This record gives sequence, C-alpha cells and structure tokens, in this order.
Amino acid sequence: MKFSESWLRSFVNPAISGEEFSHLLTMAGLEVEEEETVAPAFDGVVVAHVLEVNKHPDADRLNVCSVDIGAGAPQQIVCGAPNVAPGLKVPCALPGANLPGNFKIKVAKVRGVDSSGMLCSAKELGIAEDASGLLVLPSDAPVGQDIRVFFDLDDRLLTLKLTPNRADCLSLSGVAREVAALTSTPATYPTVTEAPVSIADKREIVLDAPEACPLYCGRVIGGVDAKTATPDWMKQRIERSGIRSISALVDITNYVMLELGQPLHAFDNSKLAGAIHARMASKGEQILLLNDQTLELQDNVLLIADDQRPLAMAGIMGGEDSGITLDTTTMFLESAFFAPKAIAGRARRYGFVSDASHRFERGVDFGGTRRALERATQLILETCGGQAGPLCEAAATLPQRPPVRLRPARVARVIGLSFSADQISALLTRLDLNYTRDGDDFIVTPPSHRFDIEIEEDLIEEIVRLHGYDNIPSRAPRARLSMLSQTEDGRPLSRVRQILADRGFQEVINFAFVEEAWESDFAANTAPIRLANPIASQMSVMRSTLISGLIANVVTNLKRKQNRVRVFETGRCFFRDTAGQPVEGFHQPWKLSGLAYGSALPEQWGNSSRNVDFFDIKGELELLLAPALVRFEKTVHPALHPGRSARVCVDGKVVGFIGELHPQWVQKYDLPLTPVVFELDLDAAKHAALPKHTDESRQPPAIRDLAIVVKQELELQQLIDGMAANKPALIQDIRLFDVYTGKGISPGEKSLAFRIVMQDTQRSLQDSEVDFAVQQLIKYLQHSFAAQLRV
Amino acid sequence: MQNLDQIALDAAAAFAATDDPDALEQIKARFLGKSGQITELLKGMAKLSPDERKTAGAAINRAKEAIEASLNARREAIRRLLLEARLAEESLDVTLPGRGESRGGLHPVTRTLERIEALFRSIGFEVADGPEIEADFQNFTALNTPEDHPARSMHDTFYLLDENGKVAEDILLRTHTSPIQVRYMQAHVAKYAHLETMPEIRIIAPGRVYRVDSDATHSPMFHQVEGLWIGESVSFADLKGVVADFLRRFFESDDLQVRFRPSFFPFTEPSAEIDVAFMSGPLKGRWLEIAGCGMVHPNVLRHVNIDPEKYIGFAFGMGPDRLTMLRYGVNDLRLFFDGDLRFLRQFV
Repeated sequence: MKFSESWLRSFVNPAISGEEFSHLLTMAGLEVEEEETVAPAFDGVVVAHVLEVNKHPDADRLNVCSVDIGAGAPQQIVCGAPNVAPGLKVPCALPGANLPGNFKIKVAKVRGVDSSGMLCSAKELGIAEDASGLLVLPSDAPVGQDIRVFFDLDDRLLTLKLTPNRADCLSLSGVAREVAALTSTPATYPTVTEAPVSIADKREIVLDAPEACPLYCGRVIGGVDAKTATPDWMKQRIERSGIRSISALVDITNYVMLELGQPLHAFDNSKLAGAIHARMASKGEQILLLNDQTLELQDNVLLIADDQRPLAMAGIMGGEDSGITLDTTTMFLESAFFAPKAIAGRARRYGFVSDASHRFERGVDFGGTRRALERATQLILETCGGQAGPLCEAAATLPQRPPVRLRPARVARVIGLSFSADQISALLTRLDLNYTRDGDDFIVTPPSHRFDIEIEEDLIEEIVRLHGYDNIPSRAPRARLSMLSQTEDGRPLSRVRQILADRGFQEVINFAFVEEAWESDFAANTAPIRLANPIASQMSVMRSTLISGLIANVVTNLKRKQNRVRVFETGRCFFRDTAGQPVEGFHQPWKLSGLAYGSALPEQWGNSSRNVDFFDIKGELELLLAPALVRFEKTVHPALHPGRSARVCVDGKVVGFIGELHPQWVQKYDLPLTPVVFELDLDAAKHAALPKHTDESRQPPAIRDLAIVVKQELELQQLIDGMAANKPALIQDIRLFDVYTGKGISPGEKSLAFRIVMQDTQRSLQDSEVDFAVQQLIKYLQHSFAAQLRV
Repeated sequence: MQNLDQIALDAAAAFAATDDPDALEQIKARFLGKSGQITELLKGMAKLSPDERKTAGAAINRAKEAIEASLNARREAIRRLLLEARLAEESLDVTLPGRGESRGGLHPVTRTLERIEALFRSIGFEVADGPEIEADFQNFTALNTPEDHPARSMHDTFYLLDENGKVAEDILLRTHTSPIQVRYMQAHVAKYAHLETMPEIRIIAPGRVYRVDSDATHSPMFHQVEGLWIGESVSFADLKGVVADFLRRFFESDDLQVRFRPSFFPFTEPSAEIDVAFMSGPLKGRWLEIAGCGMVHPNVLRHVNIDPEKYIGFAFGMGPDRLTMLRYGVNDLRLFFDGDLRFLRQFV
C-alpha cells in the first residue's frame, strides 16, 4: 500500500513530523517499508509568466525573454528551450536558487545579454525525465508561487508493508482511522451524499452465489464524457499511490478504491445484455480479461455475468469486451462485497494479482459498499458530467460479527501487565470498537471493516498495540528450576562434529534436494522421492545419501584451485518406507558423511607427499567411533570401488560404509584423483558406551612377536577372529604390527607380524608356559590357515 | 726437585694442547701410565734411602696430584666443548612450520546454532528435533493456517510426488521448524496425561527448512530456530524479557537496542516482529528485522489438546543464517551453501 503523506494528512493531521509519522505507523504494526521524496531538494523556483520572447542578437538558438515572476518588474532571462513562447506559465529559477545536482543560479551574461534566472525543464527540477523543453504549467498556476508548493513537492511517499490481517488499512481513510486512534486526533472523511437520480435506467441484479457475493450494488450513469481529462489533483494523488492514470472514469474508480478501500468496476452499459448475475463459473468457461489474457476457468471462480456471457472475474479483473472505453457514454458502475473465501488464491492460481483481488481476498468493508458507489457517482458527475440512474442492489446474508468477550484478568495474564477497566474502555473507544459491559467483562462487537477480530486475543492485541508494545515491560521470567537430562552413554552431535573438525575435516551444509543423476550414481536409487515443484532440475529429488553433495563440493573447490578437500556433513537422508515414522511412509534418518581428497596431509616440508587412501580414512573412522570396536567387512556399494569398500559394523550391526569412489564416477565427475568417502548412521557416531571398570593386572606382561606367512587373499579379520576364539587363555592381546610382501616372500603370499601379549592378573608367568602358549597359537594358525612360521 | 715441577707444567701444557678426548687419554699415559714419567720416577725411588724416599715420595705425589687435577680440568673442559659443539650442530630453525594435519572447522551456521542452543539450555530449554518431510497437519493446519493461505500454495511450499507421480497434497517439505513444536507438544501432552498439571514445555527447535524462493537474499533451503515456552503463567512481558536477553547475550552487546512491533502470524496472537539496532559497528543505528514472535494462538493449543484457559505460552522464530551473517559480517546468504573451503575456513 503506497500513498502520499499529504493526501493522508488531508484526512488526519497530527502535529508530528514526517519521520515521527513513519515511526508511529511502524510501531503500530503498519510497517513503513519505504519512504521516498517526490522531488529532490531544490529551492528558489517560482511559477513565472512569459511575457515577451525576442531573438537573442548574437545566438540563433537563444531567446531573450521578459518574464513576470510575481514580484517587482518583469525580469530579463535568456532561454534556449525550443518551446518557449509568450503567454506560457513555466518554472523559473531565480538568482540564488539551488537546483538538484548542486547547480547554483546567478545573474549572468549569456552571449553578452544579461540574464537574471533560468526557465526550467522537468528534468532540471528532478521531477521527471523530460528534458525536451520547458515544463509547461497550467494557465491558472499562480504567478510567483513557489513551485514546491504548487506541485506539493515536499510531499513524501510512504509504502506500507501490511500484514494480511489489516485489510482495513488498504485505503487512505483506513490508515487515517488508524492514525486517529493512535494519536487521538480527529479525522475528517470525504462527505458523501446520495447522487440525484435523474434517469430511470437500471439493471436487475441476481445473486446466484449468495455466499460468495452477498451484496451487489450498481447503477447506470448515462451521458458521461469519457474523454474528459482527469483533474490534476486526482491524477497526482493516484500517481503518487503508484497507479497509472488512464482515463477519467478509470481514474475515478481507482481513486475511490484508494480513498475508501472499495474496489469498483465500470462496465460499458451498451455492451451488457439483461440482468447482472453474480454466479460461479462453469468448469472450462472462458473469459478474455482486460490484460488480454484468455482464461479457462475452474468452477470455484466467481463471475459477474449478464444473461448471455461472463463479464468479469468478480473482484479480480474485468473482461476486455465489456469494460468502458473512451467512447463509452453510458456506464454501469459496480460496487460489491465478495467474500474473502470466494476470492482468495484465485487470481494467484492463474498467475497474477490485482489491486481488487488483493483487497477482496483480505476483506473489504461490507458496510461501505453503497457509500463507495455514491462517492464514485459524485466524482463522475462532477468530472465527466452525466445523469445517474437509481441505485440497484441485491443483498443476501452478510458476514456476521459475533460479539467477543474481553476479560480484563485475561488481558493481564496474556500481557503481563494490568489494565484498568477505564483504560480498556478508553482504548476500545479510540479504536471505534463498540462494547457493552457484563460484570467486569467487555462485550465487543467488531465493526464491518475489521476481519481480524474474532477471539479475545485479537482484542488483547488491539489493546497492547494501541498502548504500545514499547510500553510493555521486558521481564526476566520466573520458572521452577529442574535440571535437563544429560545422558552419558552417548555424546552430543556437537562433540561428533568437533572430533571431525579437529581431524582436519571442514563441515559443509548442502541442499537436501539434489540432481536425479546423483541419486542413481551414488545410491543406485532409480525411484527417488521427487519434488512436485522443484526450483530447478538439479534440485529435483530428495537425497538418500550425503555423499553426492560432498563430491560436488570437491568439484566446486577444484575449480577454485583448492586441491585438498576434507569435508563432512551431518543431515537427514530421505527414504520411502511404508513403516516410516513419524511422517507415515518416510524414513528420514540422520547421517554423517565425510570425504577426503588429495594429499594425505596438507602440503608440508619434511613429509613426502602421498594421496589419501582407504586406510587413512578407516583410521579416522576408528578414532571417531572409539571406544566402540568397529569391524570392516568387504562390501559392494554403487558409489564405491568394489575391491576397496567396506561396510562398517558396530556390535554386529551395519552402521555405514567406507571406500574409495568407484573409478567410473571418478571419471564421470572429472576428478583427477580418487576421493575416499564414508557415511554413517549418525546415531552410531553419537553412541559411546558408558565406561565400566575391570581390575588391571599388577603382574608384568610377557610379550612375544610372531611373524607368519599366509595366502595373500586371506583377510586379516579371519585370522584375528580365529585366534580370538582359539587362543590359550594366557594371551590377552594379539595385535598386527607389520604387513610385508616382496623379497623373501613368494608371490601370492604375505607376511604378517603380530605382537602377542600374555598376562595373568594373579601371578607372574613362567617362560615355559609363555612358550607353550605361543606354540599352541602357532599350531592353530598352521592347522587352520596353513600359515608358515617366518624366521 | 725442579724436575717434578717441570713435569707437572709439561703435562698441563700437553693436556691443554688437545681437545680430543682420546688424545687426552694417550697424553695422560705419557705421564701417569705404566711407563709414564711419574711412574718411572716412582720406580726410581727404590734406589733411595728411606729418608730420601719419604721426601721424594711426597714430592712426586704432589706432582702426580697436580697432573691429575689438570687432567680432570681438561677432561671437563673438553666435555663442555663437545656438548657445545653438539648443541650448535643440533640447533633448528624453529620458525619452520609444524607438521601434521591442520584443523578443519564447523560451518558458521553450526557455530551459531550451537551458541543459540547453549544460551537457551542455560535457562532450561531443551533442544527438540523433527522430520523435514512433514505432514500438512503439523506444518499448517495445527498452526492455525487457513486452508487457502498463500503459504500453502506451490508457489511458496515444496510438495512431493507420490510413487505414481501424482502430487501428494498432504506431504511437503517443512516451511518452518514450528511443526517440531507441534509434535513436541503432542508427545508432551500424551506423556503427562496422567498428571493434573503437566510440567512446563521449554524447547528450542533448530533445523533446516524449505521454501520456493531463490535469489541473493533467499535460499530454497535455509535454517530456522524456534522457541516455545508453555506453562500456567507465561506472558508477553516474559517473551520480551527472554528474547531481548538472548539477543544481547548472542551478540555480546549489552547496549543492543531491541524493539517489538505488532505483526501478524496465524499461529500467535498477539504477534510481534523483533528488530535490533547495534550501537556500534558498520550497521550502527539501523533497525534490522531479526525475528518473529507472539503468544501462542489458542487454536494451536487446542489442536494439540492443551487447554488454552489453563496453559498459556509464547513462541518465537528466527533465522540462524541471518544471525550468522550479522555476527560475522557475511553479506551473501548463498555462501553458506556453496561449500567453498576458502569461505568456510575463515570460521575454523
């Protein structure tokens, strides 16, 4: 809602500055979103009357003018404008004037002729772009008047960002009513009288959809001169409200809409046939609108129609071939109330909004329908002449305004501040809210222009709003203290993130909707969860893995010459799952993914550079998940190199995967090196068992190293598991400390070296029993894995 | 016994002439070794009379002690020289960079969220979480959003297709974190159904949210954090107190100006928009819209079976992305979701 401050002040004029005015509105919930001045600052420019124009003796293009500036003798001014002519009224900058662009006017000689001032174009004054000639003023412009006063250039334009509940402020008189309440300043509104009826023409009105249109008023006005020019004052007001001036009749309907908030529509009466109907469209019915758009309508659209055809989308936009033109002589003027529910969302569904639909879908004062029609009639008769027919009206059940009970005790409880009955009644009165008393309570009947007062809280908001939110105390709350729970068999997400960050991983946040190809490449997901209305094709499906985003991060960073990338993300992934909860049909687990690309360590001296590999990141996972014992089992995953990928298991449960990116994706995504990635169920990463103490041995351990040669393809895990299950009881720990292939080891075999730790909690061990235990272990390895002892 | 003094002097001079420990021991042998000069002199005493032997013995011993003393002094000196040489040799350029992994970091918005969570935990708020694919009921209906509200349109809200490619009208990507509050209230009510009066609800709900909007200041995915306090006696004055306190602690600025002005949301009544103004820095004196809030609408409470006559409360919501931008001076929202390490590393 944009309007001029001076127009508003013509309704209500509190003694406050423009800045205070804006603050007042903003703090009352009518946020002033933008403030503009009508013209840049300048001074010393008056309305001047050109008396004589003579050729400059020494310059073809210049004229020497004699100009009346309203005071003293006529001034001699040299002027180069092509349109200068005797008799014109034009703006004249007097000596000493300051024009926009820091341009100072002085008495000067122009090609040897004295010139005391400058006649100005609109552009020179910064009020329009036209620089082709002097700005010609109306012939009745008072000579000598300051041009800023003449054009009201000190006016300011305010744009309100209105919340959808305040439809009552979508007009000047609505805002004025609000200002009056806020400042306790009386407001005056235009006096509207019933137009004298001088012709009998009328039209029958039929409310076929009385819920959608419960009130329709109209009247025929004959003999209008549609070609009359719009009065300057009206043109200025509507233009300063951001509406283009079109023709007198159209401008008047817009003016009344701005003034009173009631959208009007003007039909060319000669194009109508029979009665006016307010009816629902039949499905598929077509209408050509004023904006040249032909729409095929749904049956939930309210139409204004005559006996033969649809004329307008009610409350939204008129039809192209029933509207007024410059040739119209008889018009049918509509002022109606359309129910918000019947208008809401309709225009948007067809891809546009209009000033009318914006108002009707929020709620137009159904108590002012006739008044607006009379006001427009009055302005039309004054401006375009003509004769008014009788007011035609059809009415059904209008919206109800059930009384709302307001309890002062509830006000105090909601706000935290008590208001006396006197204060409440004073505030309600300022808001024009009628009430009766019932004991302590106020029974308030909301007025027809308010669509947002239905419950007690709505009234409470009105009371505080008027009292001022600033005047509500800001209070430290009181509550009963109780401690928040803090479980220890797990760690917060923040700790998980911190571990990874400390290990060189940078957290990223990627979009949860991704390219469909990413889902098929990295998750073999051919039936992803698709968005119905994606913003772009690369954001069209919900991700079921975080890996794809991390790969994209690598691509982005490589473009920016960042050749080492270690990133992680935590976020939800999305799966269809008939058992999914709490939103039925969807499983939305939190995941944690990481990726490492490029050198194993940041480029540095003293460490030979090598690229990150599977075991680097496996180590990071073991560190992250500690103290959990993690097992890695060879697996196949669509994103990963089949020989270099594993599923991650904790307590016998698969909690994620790790591996090198599959060479085909390395190639497809143009990566010079191979990233290593992992993904875990976040819950697994957050789990950390509560420590439980067992007695530590006071006896010295016996330690033996053992190197064996086994088949290359034998997995270490098999050996470890086998030894754990079959080792003599003395052996406490078996740890791999070397893997060797090469010289001395046959091809297809590998040497593994283990450190064996033996200990008894009660006594120190004899060499003989230690040796025996190791022999037992060796026998087991020889027997079960055909291991050879390496010496 | 001129000769003895001379021997001692010769020995001292010979010791001083070397700084090699092995050479020193060989020189020692020349004087004190089996056939060293002192040893020879001692051997020669056998020829002397007992009186002479006594005198000469004492003199030789004195000389021997003198030689041993100068030998030890020289040994110590050489040890010190060697140590100094080694230390000099082992000296490092301590200004060379350290080795190993460098630190990664948290995303700036995560930093903000963790600060917000910590501040609210300090006054007893729990952190709640909820699904991002949401049901229409929790996202809109339970929050008193009218059927034909523009926010429900496909212009504003992302909807999903079902398995048959049809728009699933009651399934969407949550447009705010308020549905977390709805779910929390539902669970809370069920959990304490057996009590006359349920314990207070004090939660904040951070998370990712989605809206059909994308330009320099809007991202189709962004963050929100909402707070909710429901009890028997929670007022608008308390709301003002909690939110202003939070904002001043968050920005670590006691003189931060905070103002509340009337606004409208379907789920609160009365409602307010919250603006802040810094007293210093590049944004000094400008009012910046930072959050929305209000007293929970009775219809919202009714939707989750809480009696609005018995319980009352407030809710607020703000954008952690915007808070992050203000806190660290970031001026383009899109940087947060771009994964550019050069940007992200600034928040390590």
